[in-house]
Amino acid sequence: MPSAPLQLSAKDFKSDQEVRWCPGCGDYAILAAMQGFLPELGVPRERIVFVSGIGCSSRFPYYLNTYGMHSIHGRAPAIATGLSVSRPDLQVWVVTGDGDALSIGGNHLIHALRRNVNLKILLFNNKIYGLTKGQYSPTSEVGKITKSTPAGSADYPFNPISLALGAEASFVARTIDSDRKHLTSILRAAAQHQGSAFVEIYQNCNIFNDNAFEVLKDAETRDDYLIRLEHGQPLTFGKEGQFAVTHPAGSFGLTVQNTSEVDGSELLVHDAHRDDPAYAFALSRLAGPDLRHTPVGVFRSVQRTSYDELVRGQVSKAKEKSSGDPEQDLTALLNSGDTWTIL
Amino acid sequence: MTVPKHVQQLDRVVIRFAGDSGDGMQLTGDRFTSETAQLGNDISTLPNFPAEIRAPAGTLPGVSSFQVAFADYDILTPGDTPNVLVAMNPAALKANLPELRKGATIIVNTDEFTKRNLQKVGYPGNPLEDDSLAGYDVHPVGLTSMTLRALEDHPISKKDAERAKNMFALGLLSWLYSRPYESTMTFLERKFAARPELVAANKAAFSAGWSFGETTEGFAVRYEVKPAQMKPGHYRNITGNTALALGLVAAGVRSKLPVFLGAYPITPASDILHELSKHKKLGVTTMQAEDEIAAIGAAVGAAYGGALGVTTTSGPGVALKGETISLAVALELPLVIVDVQRAGPSTGMPTKTEQADLNMALFGRHGEAPVAVIAPQSPADCFYAAIEASRIALTYRTPVILLSDGYIANGSEPWLLPEVSELPDLQVSFADGPNGEDGKFYPYLRDPQTLARPWAPPGLAGLEHRIGGLEKADKTGDISYDPANHDFMVRTRAARIEAIDVPDIEVDDPSESANVLVLGWGSTYGPIGAACRALRQRGLNIAQAHVRHLSPLPANLGDVLRSYDKVVLPEMNLGQLAHVLRARYLIDVVSYNQVRGMPFTSAQLESMLEEVIKNA
Ligand SMILES: Cc1ncc(C[n+]2csc(CCOP(=O)(O)OP(=O)(O)O)c2C)c(N)n1
Ligand code: SF4
Ligand SMILES: [Mg+2]
Repeated sequence: MPSAPLQLSAKDFKSDQEVRWCPGCGDYAILAAMQGFLPELGVPRERIVFVSGIGCSSRFPYYLNTYGMHSIHGRAPAIATGLSVSRPDLQVWVVTGDGDALSIGGNHLIHALRRNVNLKILLFNNKIYGLTKGQYSPTSEVGKITKSTPAGSADYPFNPISLALGAEASFVARTIDSDRKHLTSILRAAAQHQGSAFVEIYQNCNIFNDNAFEVLKDAETRDDYLIRLEHGQPLTFGKEGQFAVTHPAGSFGLTVQNTSEVDGSELLVHDAHRDDPAYAFALSRLAGPDLRHTPVGVFRSVQRTSYDELVRGQVSKAKEKSSGDPEQDLTALLNSGDTWTIL
Repeated sequence: MTVPKHVQQLDRVVIRFAGDSGDGMQLTGDRFTSETAQLGNDISTLPNFPAEIRAPAGTLPGVSSFQVAFADYDILTPGDTPNVLVAMNPAALKANLPELRKGATIIVNTDEFTKRNLQKVGYPGNPLEDDSLAGYDVHPVGLTSMTLRALEDHPISKKDAERAKNMFALGLLSWLYSRPYESTMTFLERKFAARPELVAANKAAFSAGWSFGETTEGFAVRYEVKPAQMKPGHYRNITGNTALALGLVAAGVRSKLPVFLGAYPITPASDILHELSKHKKLGVTTMQAEDEIAAIGAAVGAAYGGALGVTTTSGPGVALKGETISLAVALELPLVIVDVQRAGPSTGMPTKTEQADLNMALFGRHGEAPVAVIAPQSPADCFYAAIEASRIALTYRTPVILLSDGYIANGSEPWLLPEVSELPDLQVSFADGPNGEDGKFYPYLRDPQTLARPWAPPGLAGLEHRIGGLEKADKTGDISYDPANHDFMVRTRAARIEAIDVPDIEVDDPSESANVLVLGWGSTYGPIGAACRALRQRGLNIAQAHVRHLSPLPANLGDVLRSYDKVVLPEMNLGQLAHVLRARYLIDVVSYNQVRGMPFTSAQLESMLEEVIKNA
């Protein structure tokens, strides 16, 4: 971090590349929110790196005037891990899509999360393969009719939040492309987190899966559909706060009841810092296929030493034993073991 | 009572220790090798073990062996056939007997020749009691029972006492060949530091073996092999995998860059990961990734960040890494990919050697994706090959594939330790500011000589730029779908590999009048060299040359090949380099192939080459 406050604006984060998403694509809103947010981060541009995979979403790095790598399908978390571990001075973001992160790259995603690599991972979930022109994805609902599934898809989808929690993620959040304020607040929380921050962003693909999240955006429905998670605030929602999330006695999970029927002592207060991930997992199971009761916000944010710190710590501890002259240490290493001399 | 013994001088001995996977034969062989090295003999070793950690005891698939050749002159191979076989059980005898010549010495552990064990391997009777070993110099020794008797008073379990029988065998062999044993004693103290009772027991077993040799009448002659004439200096015995790991450490030191290794365990490459994980003090970071794709991905990420990025694996892993190697070709970042080849396809024979990944290294990627390829020729040479691979990667900003194989990876030889300050200087400079005449930074503006683009890791203000797998416009690196630009970039990437400065190939032909050239690459150097020596000793002329750089090939290679009537190329594959040379130079290379999971024997090459010379 620089000592003098940086005077950067959103404009400073725009690259000279022409943005090539379809007009109306949700990716524009996310890009604008990111460019608007980065100046407040106080990190100079040259210390920020965006690494992405392949997909419409993964074009993101080209449009930001930071360092960036548009890599290959699904592998961004692995590439970003190598970068982050070897360069603790950088802030590394990963941008990925639902196909990129959960299909071809599922393995790298879960392992980056369990290791707690110091990455901010943004999953743009449009529940469709955008770039390859509209096949269903691992987050598409069962029965999805697409070019590759004319009779409806037969596979059951992932719940990305549940998956991330199951993969031991230390920070898990969800937000929506169209809610700039909420999106920005989640980017901020993710940026502040030490370790892996996993953010699912509901993103509209107006070409191949338009209005997939409309009920969460429409002023008529959204208040009754969305549960806005705020640490320390009661888990009530609805236009008039008429709904409450409760933990019925004898049940493992959470449920939604009318607030009026809930005893005050049974009202839950959101605690994102709970050590036991079962609570956040239960929250992630509230929403049904119709998106009713979709929590947005930070599900879980706990402290766990990052992989980067542990690895760097081992290296620096070993280096304490160095003579300070690598050539001398190498000479000693080469000459170790059973050696003999021929005169 | 010590029986007076006759001492006989030998110039070269090949011993094979063979037993069950659980009998500690690798360790026994290793110790004998180390004792032999102390004596100043030249050495070459060949471990041979099953892929199973513990195949059922006493069975043929469970046999593990370690062959060591030592001589008073410089040797090139671990020897074709053993002069001495130590067989710890019937399976070891049965599996190895076909490779012995009549007259060879066989030391057998009679205690294991029980009816049950004989049946397990299909011996109808006891070969020690019928005449099936006639013509061999057989020494039946009760290795297990004598070890148990020697350790009677030691406070250890019967199982631990039985286990020490390999030390009894080592003691006997050490006596027989007059080996110094101090290093084995210190080794035992280190190995069993936590259990002093085992140190004492194993030392006692060793001494019992030694005294048995001295006192028994069964061994009337003791042998000596004088030190070899070797260059003065400091030596250690080294396997290819260790040498390769140390070469990577050295490349980090000489380039002043941190080394980052991403790897996923796989035989026979895992030992490089194990070795490098010990050298954090020298700035090495290792990551055991979730799979081979992640391993190379992390190495690419680290290279992007300014480290010497390395990934180590075997053939199946390289297949998985293909897409990421192509990415590195497009990104034009330095990257070292080590393939310790094993017998394929698929899982094949994981602990056995082969050279059949050459096609994959040269051509196994989508699109026109040329990379540099280099192959070491012996265990110690793996050290220098790792440095050379790093030099090429760093200078030309390209992936480099280093093709080792199971034979040299696990085999060992004495290594004359180099002076660190005399190793190549690999320092590189990162981009330090705008490179364009207009004051802008152009990530794909090339060095006119090397055609390398600037290496600009994140962190420097003003050089912010984006790279990726989409085709890039020349100079600017912006996304480009322009046909002419793509054509230009494809040709430029190929030219960049061709521009790599590679030394000319050298021909060894003492007669200067040979008509036949035998060419090789990689680990076949030893057996080919030994065959050439034997032919020349018999008055035949043959020229030998060995290809180290497989991409790009040495500039003089075509001319060299054309100057011989016949070019013969032995490979442990079905003719992969021969194919390349025929296509490239239109020369009808004679391809000689073997894919048995074992290196060529020099005798086999000698007779094959003799035929070629006679018919040339
Ligand atoms: C190895 C490989 N396989 C397949 C593809 C083709 N491909 C490109 S993007 C993509 C799916 C992208 O979907 P998603 O990750 O959801 O991103 P979106 O375009 O929706 O943002 C596929 C299958 C590829 N580029 N590479
Ligand atoms: S296809 Fe969909 S996701 Fe891709 S750019 Fe167009 S609208 Fe956006
Ligand atoms: Mg998608």
